[in-house]
Amino acid sequence: MLDYILRRIGLMVLTLFGVSVAIFLLLRIVPGNIADILFDSAGLVDPAEKQQIITDLGLDQPLVTQYVHWIAGLAHGDLGYSYVSEKPVLDEVLPRIPITAKLAGLALLFAVCTGVPFGVISAVRQNSWLDYVLRVISLAALSMPSFWLGLLVLMGFVNWFGILPIYDKAPATWGAAILMFGVPAATVGFRSSALIMRLTRSSMLEVLRQDYVRTARSKGLSEPAVTFIHALRNAVLPVITTIGIETAFLFGGLIVTETVFNIPGVARFLVEAIRWRDYPMVQNLVMFIAIVVVLVNLIVDLAYMFVDPRIRLRA
Amino acid sequence: MMRSRLWLTVACLLATMGTAMAQKKGGTLRVTHRDNPPSASVLEEATISTIMPFMSVFNNLVVFDPASKLNRLDRIVPDLATSWAWSDGDRTLTFQLRDGVKWHDGKPFTSADVKCTWDMLTGKVNGKLRKNPRKTWWFNIKDIVTNGDHEVIFHLNDPQPSIMAMFAGGFSPVYPCHVPANEMRTHPIGTGPFKFAEFKQNESIRLVRNPDYWKPGRPYLDAIEFTIIPNRSTMLLAMVAGKFDLTFTSDLTPELTKSLQEQAPATQCVLQSTGTQGNLLVNRDRAPFDNEQIRKAMVLAIDRKAFSDILSRGTFEIGGANLPPPEGFWGWSKEYMETVPGYGGDVEKSREEGRRIMKSLGYGPDNMMQLKVTTRNIPDYRDAAVILIDHLKSIYIQGELEPLDSSVWYARLARKDFSVAMNVQGTSIDDPDVQFFENYLCGSERNYTSYCNADLEKLFHQQSQMKDIDARRKLVWDIDKTLQADGARPVVFHAKAGTCWWPRVHGINIAMNTIYNHWRFEDVWLDQ
Repeated sequence: MLDYILRRIGLMVLTLFGVSVAIFLLLRIVPGNIADILFDSAGLVDPAEKQQIITDLGLDQPLVTQYVHWIAGLAHGDLGYSYVSEKPVLDEVLPRIPITAKLAGLALLFAVCTGVPFGVISAVRQNSWLDYVLRVISLAALSMPSFWLGLLVLMGFVNWFGILPIYDKAPATWGAAILMFGVPAATVGFRSSALIMRLTRSSMLEVLRQDYVRTARSKGLSEPAVTFIHALRNAVLPVITTIGIETAFLFGGLIVTETVFNIPGVARFLVEAIRWRDYPMVQNLVMFIAIVVVLVNLIVDLAYMFVDPRIRLRA
Repeated sequence: MMRSRLWLTVACLLATMGTAMAQKKGGTLRVTHRDNPPSASVLEEATISTIMPFMSVFNNLVVFDPASKLNRLDRIVPDLATSWAWSDGDRTLTFQLRDGVKWHDGKPFTSADVKCTWDMLTGKVNGKLRKNPRKTWWFNIKDIVTNGDHEVIFHLNDPQPSIMAMFAGGFSPVYPCHVPANEMRTHPIGTGPFKFAEFKQNESIRLVRNPDYWKPGRPYLDAIEFTIIPNRSTMLLAMVAGKFDLTFTSDLTPELTKSLQEQAPATQCVLQSTGTQGNLLVNRDRAPFDNEQIRKAMVLAIDRKAFSDILSRGTFEIGGANLPPPEGFWGWSKEYMETVPGYGGDVEKSREEGRRIMKSLGYGPDNMMQLKVTTRNIPDYRDAAVILIDHLKSIYIQGELEPLDSSVWYARLARKDFSVAMNVQGTSIDDPDVQFFENYLCGSERNYTSYCNADLEKLFHQQSQMKDIDARRKLVWDIDKTLQADGARPVVFHAKAGTCWWPRVHGINIAMNTIYNHWRFEDVWLDQ
């Protein structure tokens, strides 16, 4: 098993290396660099100053040297300096990570807590009115763009309750935090929830027809025990995979939700950094998202081992 | 009848007195902000995104009268300067400075700060400012001399009455000599009514009351909070919900302004000229646009009224380089405008002339000229560019939209790497000097079309030196007419947009001819 884990970690490091090279090169292929943008947008007073920024950022050095400097800095916890905000990148990025983590975490919690049970119910009550209702809702959730749903939710809150659950300052209480993050999390988690529900349903339907389920029933086990202990555990593997994919998506793909609900998270900040070609900021933020994705995948792989003994034994 | 009039007069007087006496101290003004300001350094930026939140940190030497609806040369009042005087044939301008003013860090404000600010702006001191977008404003300053701590003398090369308008603009605050420029970009120090407290990138800006402000009794507010909300729908809903007191200036299109007032009828809104104009950029260094005839045909194809109708339900104004009346002071009268080629009411006749020119150059319905219309990829630019492409079809030009990311857009303009572009640009002061010297002077950085007319340039200087307002305006009209007829940078529309606030906000005065100069917030108070 240790061998399996080590192999996975090795693969993770390789993947991160590939991602880092891709991020680094792509950013330099895109037209425009930060020095040009800073000066061309508002007139240049001192060419020496522009040259200084180019030198400070190492943009006048060969690509390989630039890449090595970046990675060496990363290894030492030095993420560089942002010439847009004129602050160390770490100071800008660190406060945003918990915000995105809360939003993504709550969205995932919402998605799992609603998606899995409703998927099970839908499968157990196949072709009942409840199944039809849940399937229609899930289909609608998958079809609805999250920015549109977000705006509808905001309009609903304004019209019915006279309040707007958007982020304007850090919430002071738990209640305020739950309202501030809960509504956008539910909005963005709605789609993930529908995906998980449909996957759980189809996976459960397949498992419920297996011989061992019939055997469990014939042993006299109660229906909840058959459904949740025997069937769900076997049906949950593809669901875990989906949860992993959705976690990765939620960490990097919250731009629309963060914009609509005005949440100052990582995704919105990343888009702004790309607009300014703020290389140190973009490189490190994308790298951070890549690390999260790779880590989540590792956790998913490890989760397989605990859920499915066959994988554990093979490992 | 007499009695009712008397009651009405008494009621009006009481209401006026009530308003005058009712200013309340305290409270936090909550304002929406449209995007993340590039920095907090007013001198280094060219965007309202920086001016609106940070103008109140500073003071100018002089300002446009905050109570006036129009920013004009004859409505300038003292700020850090208590008085000013012209001498030496209007080539010397002497300011007497206010005593006892302190910077937010406690250091005294002196004439050395004024000298050092304009030495930076004129480029005499390099390395202090990273960017200097308005360097051309100060081309006429020969040198600056201090006389003690409270007198500063500007020596000009030539008389230039309108330099006072530039001193009064929101973009011309006095900076402290002792604070490094990079600190001014992140933590500005000023003498203004509000102190900088915090700037969270992409999130918020917070200013707090300056208890040592030199103007007694001001400001009324304890603090101002700007929350950055890039999404307009969210911003609109936040205003409807009463989460904010005031919208970012001119953040609402005429349509959105109407929508907000329908959803929240208690809000007060003003539709103002933004000082931004849509204009057509044709790169005259690049073939075939080096041909004057093609440029002329393109100008004749433009239907300015259609731009106004489509983009703003007819609220955008039509004019030349200068803002047209009634908001603008230097723009053409309606009668004069009729005499300018391409501005007559008969668009079809103009286009017929345009087609004739294009046919003489070998183009026609079966041989359309192909070109790319470059523009910045944001709605204000893109929408105008799409209309332009449609208009160009009428003279056998088939345009293809090339939308560019903001960052690339500015770089391409600076390199003059475009053939035809649709541009929207702002001017903070309604004065011909700003327009002509910034955009049309040979070799000016912002002269994107490389237009250069030595004879006209002499007239730029001539109008700049004139004291007789009426005579100057007449000359300005003629210059503007030549610029438009030459297709130097054909102006398509002058934009308008809305600013709204809840009735609990008092003391806001929106200038009708600019969005850049009235954001000191020292007279604003909250009734709550």
